[in-house]
Amino acid sequence: MYRYDEFDAKFVSERTAQFRDQANRRLSGELTEDEFRPLRLMNGLYLQLHAYMLRVAIPYGTLSGKQMRQLAMIADKYDKGYGHFTTRQNIQYNWIKLEETADILQALADVEMHAIQTSGNCIRNVTTDHWAGAAADELDDPRPIGELIRQWSSLHPEFSFLPRKFKIAITGAPHDRAAVKVHDIGLRLHKNAAGQIGWEVMVGGGQGRTPMIAQTVRDFLPQNELIAYLEAIMRVYNLYGRRDNKYKARIKILVHEIGAEKFKAEVEAEYAKHPAQQTQVEEAELARIAKYFAAPKFEKMSRFAPHFEEHRRANPDFAAWARNNLAAHAKEGYTIVNISLKPEGGIPGDATGEQMRVMAELAERYSHDELRVSHAQNIVLPHVKLEDAYVVWQELKKHDLAAANYGLAGDIIACPGMDYCSLATARSIPVSMAISRKFGDLAKQEDYGPLKINISGCINACGHHHVGHIGILGLDKKGEEYFQITLGGSSSENASIGTILGPGFSAEEVPDAIETILNTYVKLRESKNEDFLTAYRRVGPKPFKEALYAAA
Amino acid sequence: MPLLKNNQFVADDYTFVADEDALPASGKVLVTFARLKRDWDEIAKLPAMVGVKVANTDKTDELTPYLSKIALVQLTFPAFTDGRSYSIGRELRLDGYRGELRADGNVLPDQLQLMRQVGFDSFLVSDRFPLEVWQKAAHSMSLAYQRGLFRQVQETEVWSTRHHGFQAWEEQPHAG
Repeated sequence: MYRYDEFDAKFVSERTAQFRDQANRRLSGELTEDEFRPLRLMNGLYLQLHAYMLRVAIPYGTLSGKQMRQLAMIADKYDKGYGHFTTRQNIQYNWIKLEETADILQALADVEMHAIQTSGNCIRNVTTDHWAGAAADELDDPRPIGELIRQWSSLHPEFSFLPRKFKIAITGAPHDRAAVKVHDIGLRLHKNAAGQIGWEVMVGGGQGRTPMIAQTVRDFLPQNELIAYLEAIMRVYNLYGRRDNKYKARIKILVHEIGAEKFKAEVEAEYAKHPAQQTQVEEAELARIAKYFAAPKFEKMSRFAPHFEEHRRANPDFAAWARNNLAAHAKEGYTIVNISLKPEGGIPGDATGEQMRVMAELAERYSHDELRVSHAQNIVLPHVKLEDAYVVWQELKKHDLAAANYGLAGDIIACPGMDYCSLATARSIPVSMAISRKFGDLAKQEDYGPLKINISGCINACGHHHVGHIGILGLDKKGEEYFQITLGGSSSENASIGTILGPGFSAEEVPDAIETILNTYVKLRESKNEDFLTAYRRVGPKPFKEALYAAA
Repeated sequence: MPLLKNNQFVADDYTFVADEDALPASGKVLVTFARLKRDWDEIAKLPAMVGVKVANTDKTDELTPYLSKIALVQLTFPAFTDGRSYSIGRELRLDGYRGELRADGNVLPDQLQLMRQVGFDSFLVSDRFPLEVWQKAAHSMSLAYQRGLFRQVQETEVWSTRHHGFQAWEEQPHAG
């Protein structure tokens, strides 16, 4: 894992002092709220429906046990004993006082963390594959580049007042678990014909009210040119991105309005004007960072794990969890443990301080002191010996963390919705809880197979409904909440935007509607191996529409 | 409006001449970019260098042919959240412009250091804040990760410092 050196530490501590001063000036009235807002936003502090919300950055989703314990401490001391892991691999605290925020930032700085640029019209926390450095299919660990981008984008003087927020996602594996095609910039590591490693650079993806899939502007960019090339993209966006309408200000609109070819030409012209003449420093810095991400010292294990097999045979609950929640590790005898933060009837992504400490402890004892936050709002223990999986499971079970629904119908992504958020038009959490209860039966979930149900409480799409296999969007019609259902979205390498099926449903009707859709799928699938998304892509929306609306 | 330069309030020795007013025979004048282009033949013959007001929608490439006559470029921030002039200023510096680069408009202490880092060296500011506030704001952060920025002597450029031996920043005399 990356460790701060004296410069990183000083940077974060000065930034904290700067924020303390800004908060004091706001409290004394020297700063107006209009002037303070962009400053607090650049430090992750939002004013929500009931209180301030602080969003803490978890760069590229990676945490140590110590850091997770500090997040637990903050939940207990400054919030109501819990925190909410988000689709941006961050954590949010929903009950924060302005007067205490600088102290929280200091507590974060103590464990090499911060809330810098988790909000505001700037380059946001960079996200990546939550299995980075562990996944069997990975080409290279994307986190060193993630850290390089974190540093480069931190208080970038030229790009701190962009037309709109800006999100960068990176994947180092062919199977995209980082949703790079629905980010402002998506970076995919791959090899060219000469066997060199470089980046495919995609621009202009996004969700929100105008969902779009990113366009490739460079097929292959050498590693060392990345920062200079990003500067060119950012400059074109900063100069030409729309500022007249905040709903049309994201880079995807610019790419769409001028066309991908013209956009690409603008970027290449800008890049040609100031090409990367000197990249030795960036290369040396990347090499320095990469050392921190060297693989942990894995033991040589046999592929067959007798203890693990034994418990799997003896204990059906453990077997189900192992079947759904473990993923292939690059190293023999090791596994990736996915902890589902989606207990039946629970709030997706919420964890109590106590649960965070349990996960921290497990990471320290069994996972080389590493945890990951996934954009699907789950926690990952990336490097666990198969032989330890059973004890890990037992401990998780004691703390309501052993839901065996990873990647299934119960593993729902949901935004905070109108229970917290001032932008929301509907309450996404209760709908998510109702669906989770409806499909509580694991056998049923396993029969439905791999499934992504994503719920957003408004058109801004924080719950990623556009790219859910089943997407649910909460809207408001004359004071009545209703929910629109979309099918066929995907955020992976074959990304697509879901199609709206038809008229919406009331909150109470949604779980039954989802069940109708899933039963329709079961009836029409070619075999159990044809998952929901594949089947939908084969048959299209028609049979689902008929099943849902025929009766009415 | 006070003019902040080298951490002091100083007198502004430029006179803005509106597009329809006659150009004075002497003294430093500030004109719009449209005027500069329109009356270039006349302006080129003026004895002194001139200043030009550039909108944040203007293209810096178009300014290039005139730069040898220009000693001041004044860029505007219509709102402090409108960051276009950061890129225009940086481009001008990257293109080698070494004259005065002035920020105008909604210039506030909390953005002062960012403006300096991309190459601004004078600032038309509101009189709401005393000089000490500006002086403090000018160096509220002592280090930056990005390379190629304008910095003051006591400021550290992190990546270049970590990897000295490679081409580091040159000291930037203009970062007033």
